This record gives sequence, structure tokens and C-alpha cells, in this order.
Amino acid sequence: MNNSTPNSTPAEHNPSSLRAEVDELFAQGAFDLAARRLAELWRCDAASATASFVTSRLDELRNKLALTKFRLAILRSFTVEPIAPLLRSEAFAYGIDLEVHVGDFNTYVQDMLDSQSSLYRFAPNAVVLAVRADQAAPELWRDFADLAPEVARQAAERVVRGYEQWISAFRQHSQAALIVHSLERPPSPSLGVLDSQSEAGQSGLLRQINRELRRIAGEFHGVYCLDYDALVARHGSEHWHDERKWLTARLPIAAGYLLPMAREWIRFIVPLSGRTAKVLVVDLDNTLWDGVIGEDGMGGIKVGSEYPGAAYQTLQRALLDLSRKGILLAVCSKNNFDDAMEALEKHPGMLVRAKHFAALRINWTDKAQNLREIAQDLNLGIDALAFLDDSPFEREQVRAALPEVTVIDLPKSPLEYASAVRDCAVFERLTLSSEDQQRTEMYAAQRRLTEAEQSFQSKEDFFHFLEQEAELEPVSDLTLARVAQLTQKTNQFNLTTRRYSESQIAEMAKQPEWHIFSIRVRDRFGDHGVVGVAIAHDEGEQCEIDTFLLSCRVIGRTVETALLAHLAESAARRGRKRLVGWFLPTKKNAPARDFYQQHGFERQEINGTGSLWTLDLKRSTLRCPDWIKLKVTTASELGGKN
Amino acid sequence: MKANVLELVRNVASDIFGIPADKITAESSPETIERWDSVQHLNLVLALEEKVNVQFEPEDIEQMKNIGAVATLVEKRQSATH
Repeated sequence: MNNSTPNSTPAEHNPSSLRAEVDELFAQGAFDLAARRLAELWRCDAASATASFVTSRLDELRNKLALTKFRLAILRSFTVEPIAPLLRSEAFAYGIDLEVHVGDFNTYVQDMLDSQSSLYRFAPNAVVLAVRADQAAPELWRDFADLAPEVARQAAERVVRGYEQWISAFRQHSQAALIVHSLERPPSPSLGVLDSQSEAGQSGLLRQINRELRRIAGEFHGVYCLDYDALVARHGSEHWHDERKWLTARLPIAAGYLLPMAREWIRFIVPLSGRTAKVLVVDLDNTLWDGVIGEDGMGGIKVGSEYPGAAYQTLQRALLDLSRKGILLAVCSKNNFDDAMEALEKHPGMLVRAKHFAALRINWTDKAQNLREIAQDLNLGIDALAFLDDSPFEREQVRAALPEVTVIDLPKSPLEYASAVRDCAVFERLTLSSEDQQRTEMYAAQRRLTEAEQSFQSKEDFFHFLEQEAELEPVSDLTLARVAQLTQKTNQFNLTTRRYSESQIAEMAKQPEWHIFSIRVRDRFGDHGVVGVAIAHDEGEQCEIDTFLLSCRVIGRTVETALLAHLAESAARRGRKRLVGWFLPTKKNAPARDFYQQHGFERQEINGTGSLWTLDLKRSTLRCPDWIKLKVTTASELGGKN
Repeated sequence: MKANVLELVRNVASDIFGIPADKITAESSPETIERWDSVQHLNLVLALEEKVNVQFEPEDIEQMKNIGAVATLVEKRQSATH
């Protein structure tokens, strides 16, 4: 790219030149670049017309790009077809190739109850149940004034029972995620202000149904609530609704709000498809504070409770919220180290401090290089990073050098910085494990550990010094979410990289021949939480390892040997003669390549997808290393099967 | 009808119907544009409403017999709301 002035946007692109450029690049066969320009077009002109252009080009490009495929079914009581192109374009900007299936009008009950329905034939990864209050609770919505209080209460209970039945039928027929819209409250309740005087009014009963929907969602794995009522309220009910379109085309949402609807769905689809970021790397000058620390000094930069510094505090609060969800923070800033550290440690207006960051790169090196190093430091892939910087120049450089990084476009006004971060779907999480909440501290412990490791003579000395304790147990309700999360997020030490949802894991755990173990590790530096998963199933004389993975935090400290030894011992105890397992290579799992060979397995087969390894259990000498204190909990102690 | 409004409608129609803007004239209609069916008609209306921040009346939508008529109605609603 040409740029003569380092502080302007490198390429001056406008929507119409970008359209032409996409088609030109496409004709030249430069598909990756065409896709980048197409995503850029979407970012600078996200609208319905653009969505038609983007999806038509995407249909030609999708099989030529490395996009994450995701199948979404929408069950609905209103017209959603015009939202589909917006949804697919937005998903594309997150690296997802979304295929959308739309159910017929108001057939959602049959679709969910009938195991042969087009819904299940579509084999969705996720299903949205987009039903409006006028359809889900018609009596409460339309005829409320005619209902005696007791009748109204019963109507509300009937609505809840209905949802409970459909959702439970859905769970029996499908393991897809289910996203249920809550019911909106009427903008003008039939009894006017009187309605707000009682919980048994029209709004009160709909609120009660919504509370129950959240309860039901909590009772099933992979069922989530989308707060449609809050979404409408956020944008303003009077703007959101379009009565003309509702009466003529069954489309209740005004043209300008179809995109916010699509984006709300995306906030679920991105975490479900695994396209999340694990680290947010932030710039400092004019991003975390107003001004340039190297020029303006401690007294000159602005961050605090008063405007204009307040906008930066609001952003910092958003960063701390991410950190509480287990997203790591890191700094990448062109500055003198001491200047920047003084502001990070001592400026009275700062809410985030040096201790909140898992990695710091404060130097004059190229940002792309710093980002690569941060990923290495944290033992993560480069695609786990998101990047926040006020300079369009730096953003464009990072986009060009590292297309895998999620680059967040900051709006011109710092007042909008915080919402740019909060609205970015790569930071959404649908469940939160205790590991997520403690991640920042665990990385700090990791840093101390690396320092300790370097001071030992032999590996064995170091392992003894670590005083590792491992707890092995069959998957239970307590560990289900974490086990599924590990299968979805672990890339490096992962022998087969098979991704499973919570409900798929729960389903497998019910089968008597399947064995699912999690391993939790503590050492003298702290509790690492549940960091490993092994899934195996018996078949005839052999036990096959379906999944074997370990979080990068504990790789290379022989925990993997302890876990494998347990698989071998328990399979032998069940009378199996062989333990077998595939190694399926990916771009990222080289650390696991020699694992079976190092543990005495012999290669039995090799084909285009990977190699199959086998261990004769009679002759195996595989044991848990004596420096690991292993505690095995059996299913009966947990009160389950196995 | 102002030229820039017609230009805007032609550009939006180009995205929606998947044909180059220079092949679209004020006379282009569902008879000459293959993809102009009722679904795409709704998409055209929504895309224009979003782009110029207007709302069409149900009667307007029936009168949109060709691109020129669409542009006239965009202009009418713009002057009504702004």
C-alpha cells in the first residue's frame, strides 16, 4: 500500500471504489485480498444495500476462503428474510460463513416437536426462537382488558409451560444451541399508568414470563436467553417498531433497526462458533488516556472522573469488565518504557494498572512484531488477539500484516470508545468458568514459574520442586461447561481437535461405553483449575481415545503422562487389551505430534488425515510420574455412572 | 426529480438486484429486471428507507412501478420528513 503521510489512513477507500476493487481482485483470482476488501466495505458501510452486494460476492468466495462454517436456523413469528443478508455479512466480518435456514411462519411448535421436521433435517449448529409476544401470549398482548386477574395469571403460566415443553422436545431431538427471544412488554399497556401499579398487570405478567424463560434456559445445557425486551428498549420502542411494515409485510422492525437485530444474534453466534478473542491488546496514548505521555507528561495527559478524561475511564471500566470474563489484557505502545509505566502505576485517574496486564510491549518496534511476541508469551495463537488503537494507520498496518487479528475500529469520539469495545462480539461469552475469572492471576503465576524453571539443574528436580497435585474425575455437572469449553478452545496440545458442545458432552457421558475425564492441576504456584480432558470409548478388545487435550498453561510438566497412564490403567481394568488413538495434525497442534510415540505407542496406520497409534496394555509400562500426586475420583463417589 | 436522487436509487437497486448501476435507468422495472420480485421489492424499500431515513406509506410501495417512480417517491418522503 502507498502511503506518504504516516498519520493518515493508509488507503482512502470509499464504498463505491471498494465495490469496484472487490470485483477487480476477484476477476484476478486474488481471493484473500478480495475478501479483505469486502470485509472493509462492510465495516465502512454496513447497511441493507451493501449486505446484498456482500452476500452475492460471498456466495462466490466462500469455498475459496478459510471461514468457520456455521448453520443457523431461525424459527419465527414474523418476517426475518430481509435480516438474513445483514446477518451473513456481519458474520463474514467475524470470519464466519453463515448458512441460514428460516422456518415457516408460526410453525415453530411443530418444527421443534417433530423429529422429522425441516428444522432437524437442516442440522443446525444453533437455532433462534424469534417469537413475539403477540404470538406467544396473544391473550395477554391483545385481550388483556377482558381477562379476570386469575385468568390472566393462568394464561401466563400456560405460556411458560408451552416453552418448557418445546424446549425439552428440542433438546431430545437436537444438540444444537438454542437462543430464545424474551417477550417484549407492550409500549402502551391496555390499562395505562394503572398497569405499573401491580405485578399482575400486563407488563408485570410478561416480565414474569421472561423470568421463567431465564430459569428454563438455565435448566438445559446450551439454551440461552436473548433479552429482546431490553434490546427494543435500548433502541427505543417507538423507533424500533414499524406498524406499516407489520400490517403489510409482517415485518415489525423498522428498516433502520434490522442491523441491530442481526448484531444481537451475532453476539451469540460468535462465541458459539468459537471465533472469540482471548486477549485484548491496547495502545496507551490517546487510547487509554487523552494525550501523549512522552510529550505531555503526567500532568498533561487526561484521564479521570471529569470530561474529557472521563471518556477514557469509561473505556477502562469496559476493559476491567472483559478481564473479569477471563479475557486477558496486554499493552502494545510506542513509548519510552519508564514514561508509560509511571502513568500506568501512578496516575491517580487510571483504573487499569500494570498488574491487570498479562503482557507488556512498550517500545518503538513495529506493532505487528510486538503482537506476535505477545501471542508467543501467552502461549496463544495469533488469532486469539484483538487489537485496540486510536491510530487508523496502526490498525491498517496490523490488518495487513496479521489478518488473523481482530482489529477494532475506534470511532472518532472517545465518548464512543467504551461501546466500541463492549459491542465487539469476539468478547462475548455464554458461560463463565471459575478458570475464566481467575485467568489473569494464573498468568501472573505462570510468569513466576518460568523464572523458577530456569534455575534448576535437571527437569526432574524442577518437577519435584513443583509439588504438582492432579485430580482426575469423570465429567460431572460441575465440570461439563469447562470440559466443553476446553474442547472448543484448545488448539496446541490437542491430539484430534474435535469440538464438542456442552450438550454433546452430556449426551456422550450417558453412554456406558464412553469415558470422559477431566484433570485439575495445582502446584506450589497456584491452582490451575481444570486444564485437561480425555475422552475414550470401549469397542471390543480395544479402547479408543477420541479426544486428548491439555491447556497450554501446563504442557510439558508431565501432567499429560499422568492422564494417559490413567486411561491405560482404567482400560486394562475394564478388560481391554489395547489402547488406540489418532493423531490428526492441524496447523497448530505440532506440540502433540510425538506424544503417542514418546509413550510407547506403535504406529498402526497412516492416512491422509492422520496417524493411528496403538499400545499393548499387557506390555505397557506407562505409569503416573512419581512427582505428581494423583487423586482419582470415581463416578460412584460423584454419584454418577462409569 | 433531482439527478442525485435518481443516482442514489440506481446505486441501491444495483446492490439489491445484482446488476451494474449503469444498466439501470429511470424506466427499469420488474419487466426488465429479472430479480425484481416481491421479496427484492421489500428489500429495495427497506434499503432506501434505511439509507435516506424516511418511511414510505403502504400506498407508496404499490406505486413503485419503475426506478423513476421510486426516485420520485423518495424525494416526496424526504421533503415530507425533513
